Amino acid sequence: MVAVLQVEGLQTWFGTKDAPVRAVDGVSFSVARGEILGLVGESGSGKSITGFSILGLVDPPGRVVGGRVLFQGQELVGAPPETLRRIRGKKIAMIFQDPMMTLNPVLSIETQMVEAVLAHDDTPRAEARARARDALGLVGIPSPEERLGAYPHQFSGGMRQRVAIAIALLHKPDLIIADEPTTALDVTIQSQILFEVRRLADAFGMALVWISHDLGVVASLADRVAVMYAGRIVESGGVDDILDRPAHPYTRGLLDALPATARRGERLRPIPGMAPAPTARPSGCAFRTRCFAAGPDCAAAEPEPTRAGERQWRCFHPLAEAAA
Amino acid sequence: MTPLIEGRGLTRRFTRGLDVAEKLARALGANIREEVVHAVEGVDIAIRQGEVFGLVGESGCGKSTLGRVLAGILPPTDGELLWRGRDVAGLSRADRLEMRLAVQMIFQDPMSSLNPRKRVIDLIGEAPRVHGLVRAGEVDDYVASLMQRVGLDPAYRRRYPHQFSGGQRQRIGIARALAVRPKLIVCDESVSALDVSIQAQVINLFMDLREELDLTYLFISHDLGVVKHISDRVGIMYLGRVVETAGADDFFAAPNHPYTVALLKELPSVKDRRRDFTPIRGEIPSPLDPPPGCAFHPRCPRAMPVCSADLPALKPVAAAHWSACHLNDMPALRPASETAA
Repeated sequence: MVAVLQVEGLQTWFGTKDAPVRAVDGVSFSVARGEILGLVGESGSGKSITGFSILGLVDPPGRVVGGRVLFQGQELVGAPPETLRRIRGKKIAMIFQDPMMTLNPVLSIETQMVEAVLAHDDTPRAEARARARDALGLVGIPSPEERLGAYPHQFSGGMRQRVAIAIALLHKPDLIIADEPTTALDVTIQSQILFEVRRLADAFGMALVWISHDLGVVASLADRVAVMYAGRIVESGGVDDILDRPAHPYTRGLLDALPATARRGERLRPIPGMAPAPTARPSGCAFRTRCFAAGPDCAAAEPEPTRAGERQWRCFHPLAEAAA
Repeated sequence: MTPLIEGRGLTRRFTRGLDVAEKLARALGANIREEVVHAVEGVDIAIRQGEVFGLVGESGCGKSTLGRVLAGILPPTDGELLWRGRDVAGLSRADRLEMRLAVQMIFQDPMSSLNPRKRVIDLIGEAPRVHGLVRAGEVDDYVASLMQRVGLDPAYRRRYPHQFSGGQRQRIGIARALAVRPKLIVCDESVSALDVSIQAQVINLFMDLREELDLTYLFISHDLGVVKHISDRVGIMYLGRVVETAGADDFFAAPNHPYTVALLKELPSVKDRRRDFTPIRGEIPSPLDPPPGCAFHPRCPRAMPVCSADLPALKPVAAAHWSACHLNDMPALRPASETAA
């Protein structure tokens, strides 16, 4: 199966040459056509920067210092701005946590959507407008014809996120990168958006990278899951493997910390300590200082990826349940 | 037993007055009214000594406003607030001060509730010193012991809030609330902004403190998973009103109100893989102009004609289980019968 997106050894660093902050430090994954990949991690794990790096959206002082990003076989790292401009919004779209990052507050939805169509396609204005209207209908906005003339502040938070998704869908992209798109929304609205996203991904065969800290959302949506910690993917594989039989102690720790896994009134089992600052990561495995399975060998060297079938992990002491 | 705190018919409205131009326009005959936000409408709530009451609901349902009214930060527009059975409005100055100290609040974002230009020692130590709970010479030791209790290194007490991580800042907020020896703590989305592993640490801290200090909590959150874990009783709000309240086990095992049923079904869980979503339609209506009758009827899958006409009262449907739904008046249509099936 040909991957729509293949990321190999991606490194995105911030700060100076002498003291780099390794926000993303050797991330590799791939997404196939029609597949939903959940990219999971806590704040500061580098999951959003990974998403931004794919589209070349990292602002200085951040820079991609190594690795490759292959989109349908085409190298995006170091590609000329003109090439990236033709791909962004057309072949790869991005949805952000805050829809106001996508929407211009002083332009009507119609102006913004028509502009997005015309940026890539040489079509008559009336046709562009019809496409905008159809896209609004597609994401479940009632009476799209009238709503086209509205401004972003006239929409609720959930409706704004739908508009942002409609803009992402205008060119029927092959890949959508969604960065915490439902995190700020209420449960019922989140559910509506997830429902639409799943339906559209199935209908168009789009590949989707869904970046989230919420394991519940990822479980209900994704085909495969990649777990990030301290700038690296520590474990990846099919959603059932990762969530039912995690190999990495960090994934186990995340699952155990969820209130849903403990009985009411019982103490929760948090991961001790907190994630290290990117400038002060421990030697060897970055998770070893918080890990219940760590041994002396974890400090000596960084674990390389171990492959087992469809899944892989970076750990010297993988949990036995993964092998079963 | 007299509840620790009780609200009867608590109502809080926010009114935006007319500006000069609008007053002029109205004087000339334009149809302009003052805008009134019905944030909390006629809520009866009682929290008993030692329990954790979880208050859930979506954005804009009025749960934070209700929390602030109970904490004494916002005066109610209407209704009675009782502290240990006595009407707060009739308390003497000294008694009212005592109640103010006994009810403390912990907010979602510690960065907006902690003064960034004060050191931790002052943030935590100022209130108990001003209120004469500790002498000026003892503040240092007192703050150190509080920091230790909430899991912060007392050596950091001369630092500023920005020098701490999000989870540590929330601990500072907790220590500050504890400093005046409260009885009731109102937690308004206190763990919502924290990462899963840190959130679990702070929830454990809340539960430890409850046992050590015999605290009572009003735990306000949109996160049903967290509320399920921590609460003894749960109330759910929709557009300013409590629509269902029950013991936590009952609430999650046998929800009665169609809104509760729908919300629990939509809760993402790590156990459900690639599941189908069956979202409830529409969005929460504007509290500026709430729909007539039951506020949930425009979105309710089981709405009947009566729902848009009459406001359903909160009635008992089982032991210590109350729900406000017209379906309960029609035995054949009891909403619970659907969930039991």
